[in-house]
Amino acid sequence: MTALLELKGVDKAFSNVRVLQKVDFVIKAGRVVALAGENGAGKSTLMKIITGIYRRDAGTMRYRGSDVQFTSARQSMDAGIAMIHQELNLLQQLTVGENIFLGREPTDRMGRIQWPVIKERSRYWLGQLKQDISPLELIANLSIAQQQMVEIARALSMNAELIIMDEPTDALTDVETKILFDVIGHLREQGKGMVFISHRLGEIFRMCDDVAILRDGAMVHQGPVSEIDEDELIRHMVGRELSQQYPYDGVKPGPVRLKVDGVSAHGVSNVSFTAHAGEVVGFAGLVGAGRTELGKAIFGANPTTAGTIEVDGAATRLRTPRDGVGAGIGYVTEDRKHEGLIQAHGLRSNMSLIGLFRFSGLLGALDKKAEKETITGYIDAFSIKTHGIDAMVSQLSGGNQQKVSIAKSLLAEPRILILDEPTRGVDVGAKREIYNLINELKSQGLCILLMSSDMPELLGISDRILVLSNGRLTGSFSRDEADQESIMRCTVAGLKEATVQ
Amino acid sequence: MKIKEFALENIPLIGLVILMILVSLASPSFLSVDNFLNILRQTSINAIIAMGMTFVILTAGIDLSVGSILAFAGAVCASMIGADTPLLVALFTTLAIGAALGAASGSIVSFFGVQPFIATLVGMTMIRGAVLVYTDGRPISTGDFEVANAFYELGGGYVAGIPIPVIIAGVVFLVCWYVLNHTRMGRHVYAIGGNEQVAKLAGVNVSAVKITVFAISGALAALAGIILTARLESAQPTAGLAYELDAIAAVVLGGTSLMGGRGRITGTLIGALIIGVLNNALNIMDVSSYFQMIAKGGVILLAVVLDRRGKTTE
Repeated sequence: MTALLELKGVDKAFSNVRVLQKVDFVIKAGRVVALAGENGAGKSTLMKIITGIYRRDAGTMRYRGSDVQFTSARQSMDAGIAMIHQELNLLQQLTVGENIFLGREPTDRMGRIQWPVIKERSRYWLGQLKQDISPLELIANLSIAQQQMVEIARALSMNAELIIMDEPTDALTDVETKILFDVIGHLREQGKGMVFISHRLGEIFRMCDDVAILRDGAMVHQGPVSEIDEDELIRHMVGRELSQQYPYDGVKPGPVRLKVDGVSAHGVSNVSFTAHAGEVVGFAGLVGAGRTELGKAIFGANPTTAGTIEVDGAATRLRTPRDGVGAGIGYVTEDRKHEGLIQAHGLRSNMSLIGLFRFSGLLGALDKKAEKETITGYIDAFSIKTHGIDAMVSQLSGGNQQKVSIAKSLLAEPRILILDEPTRGVDVGAKREIYNLINELKSQGLCILLMSSDMPELLGISDRILVLSNGRLTGSFSRDEADQESIMRCTVAGLKEATVQ
Repeated sequence: MKIKEFALENIPLIGLVILMILVSLASPSFLSVDNFLNILRQTSINAIIAMGMTFVILTAGIDLSVGSILAFAGAVCASMIGADTPLLVALFTTLAIGAALGAASGSIVSFFGVQPFIATLVGMTMIRGAVLVYTDGRPISTGDFEVANAFYELGGGYVAGIPIPVIIAGVVFLVCWYVLNHTRMGRHVYAIGGNEQVAKLAGVNVSAVKITVFAISGALAALAGIILTARLESAQPTAGLAYELDAIAAVVLGGTSLMGGRGRITGTLIGALIIGVLNNALNIMDVSSYFQMIAKGGVILLAVVLDRRGKTTE
């Protein structure tokens, strides 16, 4: 099998910090190579070098038999390399068709855009993905999963020879993931080369032919998937053994801390439950089941239309996030980029934003020394990898950003912490750190609501699991009763009901 | 490395120094204490307005109504002084009117979701109309009472050889710098400009902060109106026309992003000084006032382009 793209001895450093060291990487035609590694291992940097967004400091790159040096994403795109970014790069106010052909609009001799061609070609490529999305629909009206499919259709429409997918399944449901995998299989038969970046190790073994593992900027392993098992893969990624993937801490729950009674809000109808101090309550459900909406309703970011919420026995009126913060509730969003952190600001100002009142005295004057000490403390305690406390958040890896996000909520000293998909886009090692952190907070008496789509994770660290479907509570399991199958049954329960009605 | 970093961080300051060196080479009379004090005095009004504008722009807003507020505040203040109102009463009333007009714009932005550009464009037009109605299109003199003499000092007086407007601008600068860098309010201003949704979910009272920044901008525009009226000993109905543009230019020259969330008040001060030095230099070099506008626009364009290039090569 010939190499479609071959990197040799690639080095890259950012302001004297070395992020890639003598990396060799081969992508073969007709094969899917998984690129694995913890956040911050250099995966994104490597992909950006291949697509011409960054320039390598040293090393060679051969693409289809000749040495190349791309200096812009455009050049690599023209050469047949398509990248599907994890953070979707679609223009929200344009239509599906306009996005698919953005910058490559077919025109006639007068320079007029040929809309019928765009419509027809868009339909064709979406059809390949078994998606029934109108080319005239606005991107803003699509679900995240549908947007992902549009991104993939765009890559296909470029007739790319090499397709790089960064966490393509992260936002997809099981059904959509299956469709995507069929498409990948189809592309493989056509002889395309593919790079597949995923934190879901199961998918690597299910879908990929080869695996390449980066650790701290060095390529520590590359070879066929068939010659490696999951334990070995994890060991290469983290450089140490992970004995137990889901640490569970069986602390005895304290008194009732949160009482939700008959709460309805946008996407939530008539939900009642209680949660205790020192307890992790997991929330299972399909995408769109109302977990995020419920979390936001409890926090005050999604106004309730009915029902009451009591914190430590006291009824609270939660109409804005400010009320939530005041009532001792912390909310860590699933959407770090748009709702969680100010990407262009430093770590310090991001982390202390909610808890600023702790450092402010007369007329809001800040005690910057105390602030700095607290933040440095969190950076050490959470082992956040950063150049300094004023480093831009956008420069941190996903796992480190998530830790900053959690620390930001904790700084306001909440009694209830709502974690919405806290390990999405986070690598194995950092996941483990986040689980340990959840256990520690639990033993300190925090009441934790954990929304997650990762079923093993929910089963692994929750004391109790509640299931939401179509905005309603459809199941409640103690840790001992819970198993994947009965939970799955509840996640679809409400849906059946809805169709019957 | 260190020098390069410093240079990239301080492009406005370097621009000001280069400009001053060039001007002093072209015209020896530029380098004198009297001329410098003159520049500072002429700059102080724009600097005060621009510092208020900085707050608004940091939240990703804009305030076009400052010139009209300046004129309205000046007219009200002049008539109060002309009616022998105690000085402090007149000053506080005027500042409160400015703050209230700003807060009104801020409320329209916060509660009705109107773009700051539109809300303050409306404010600019309506308040200017109110000035013309109030003054009947004629200047209002500060009158001949004892209080008018004390009032004049605010615009034309000196303390220890330094013009009082310069001292006022200096105090305003220190307060603004402290608020932006050392208070919760300052952090909230940057956070809203950085990402309003994030700020809201962090429990920041976004509406209150927005109303406050527009109130600050309005109050500082009124302060500038007081100084201008005091110096001229009368309020002109057309005072402050197009002042919003000089203020925005000063903020942008100072490196503050119009997208919000990034910028410094020191930059704004330097930006105002660049405009002041440029005006002064073109005057002492006897450039016609028509040509001055072209030159000024050119320098602003050059500065902004250089600043952008510095930021992108970072």
